[in-house]
Amino acid sequence: MSQLPLVAQAPRPSTWHMYRAMVGIGILCGLLIVVVFELTRPVIERNKAEALQRAIFQVLPDARSSQTFRLDGDDRFELLQGKTDGGPMVYAGYDEQQRLIGIAVEAQGMGYQDVIRVLYGYSFEKDAIIGIRVLESKETPGLGTKIETDPDFLKNFERLDVSLTDDLSRIANPIGFVKPGKKEQPWQVDGITGATISSTAIANILSASTSYWIPRIRQSLDDFRKAG
Amino acid sequence: MPAFDSTRDKRTTDEFVKGLWKENPVFVQVLGMCPVLAVSNTARNALAMGLATLFVLVMSNIVISSLRRFIPKQVRIATYILVIATFVTITEYVIQAISLDLHKALGAFISLIVVNCLILGRAEAFASKNTVGRSILDGLGMGVGFTFALLCLGAVREIFGSGTLFGVELFHDRFQDWVMMILPAGGFFTLAGWLLVFNWFKERKARARSLREEAA
Repeated sequence: MSQLPLVAQAPRPSTWHMYRAMVGIGILCGLLIVVVFELTRPVIERNKAEALQRAIFQVLPDARSSQTFRLDGDDRFELLQGKTDGGPMVYAGYDEQQRLIGIAVEAQGMGYQDVIRVLYGYSFEKDAIIGIRVLESKETPGLGTKIETDPDFLKNFERLDVSLTDDLSRIANPIGFVKPGKKEQPWQVDGITGATISSTAIANILSASTSYWIPRIRQSLDDFRKAG
Repeated sequence: MPAFDSTRDKRTTDEFVKGLWKENPVFVQVLGMCPVLAVSNTARNALAMGLATLFVLVMSNIVISSLRRFIPKQVRIATYILVIATFVTITEYVIQAISLDLHKALGAFISLIVVNCLILGRAEAFASKNTVGRSILDGLGMGVGFTFALLCLGAVREIFGSGTLFGVELFHDRFQDWVMMILPAGGFFTLAGWLLVFNWFKERKARARSLREEAA
């Protein structure tokens, strides 16, 4: 502690001056942030909604309109109008004649570095996943990001079987991960060389999410039809 | 009294030019290496990161130089960080409003502009001692120099790592991506390469000058 007076030799401003500077600038900075936040919030929310809408139509290519549903306490789906207020949600896609063609479901799980969020499209006609889109990921550029770009990997999701058992209670063959080039069954996901962890993560995320959502969706099909 | 004071004007523009080349923050001062290595895997990310840093640098220089008499020495670092953090937060919201994809690509690194020692360094070494006008020029020069350096790295890494530049395919199918270039190791190698080039230039220039002086 004996070295301290070196600094104190300079004339010391009063505590009031220090408080004035820090508190004053702090308040100004706070105000500035609030103003910018309020100005950009509507734009950011609109961007997010548009990105989600685009993603829905990408994973359900035949859909022309969509509606948001929330799963309530007794496994029924309830139509959400306008503002969404959280809770487990799925998005139903309808074609030009307002016929229900598929459901887009959001799912997430741990990737290589951070949580991966994906949206996948489930088609009633094919009883399969027909498209997938990564909404958010922080995978290694050039390696893990192949889950978004690798054409052979994306081919897995052109028709990934998720058919149910006869009593609609569970998926007959849960989605499984196999090594690159070893895919034999329509419910298997072929991995990517150099992105093993990321591609396994996608398979696990889909497996967990489909075994929860697909039976519930199929058991409550009428909830979606009424709205269409 | 001359209408145009050439010496004064020259010195003012110097504040801008020095950041581009002679005191380039990356290639000469070697400051702010975290974003330089992390966000230079594509030219687009590098450009966006450079512009975000430029904005924060200029804005914090303006605020700090105009408040330089109001901020006591004892609390200056805390105050500078407060000002810098404010502008970084603003930048983050604005980028999110401009493009969600861009925000996704830059990820955590926008928030890390706060601890980019280039910005605090300019606040402490320049803006706290100079007028607002000169601080703006200094910030602009350093920011453009930083953006230029990031672009140099980003372009090289993207061309070798993915065979594209700003997302435009350059080689079609005749090119096997050199994946290492977009991984962290590639960042170090590319930076080393550019530092080599810059130092070689500097040395050549210095040798030429000393030869001239000897001859004179």
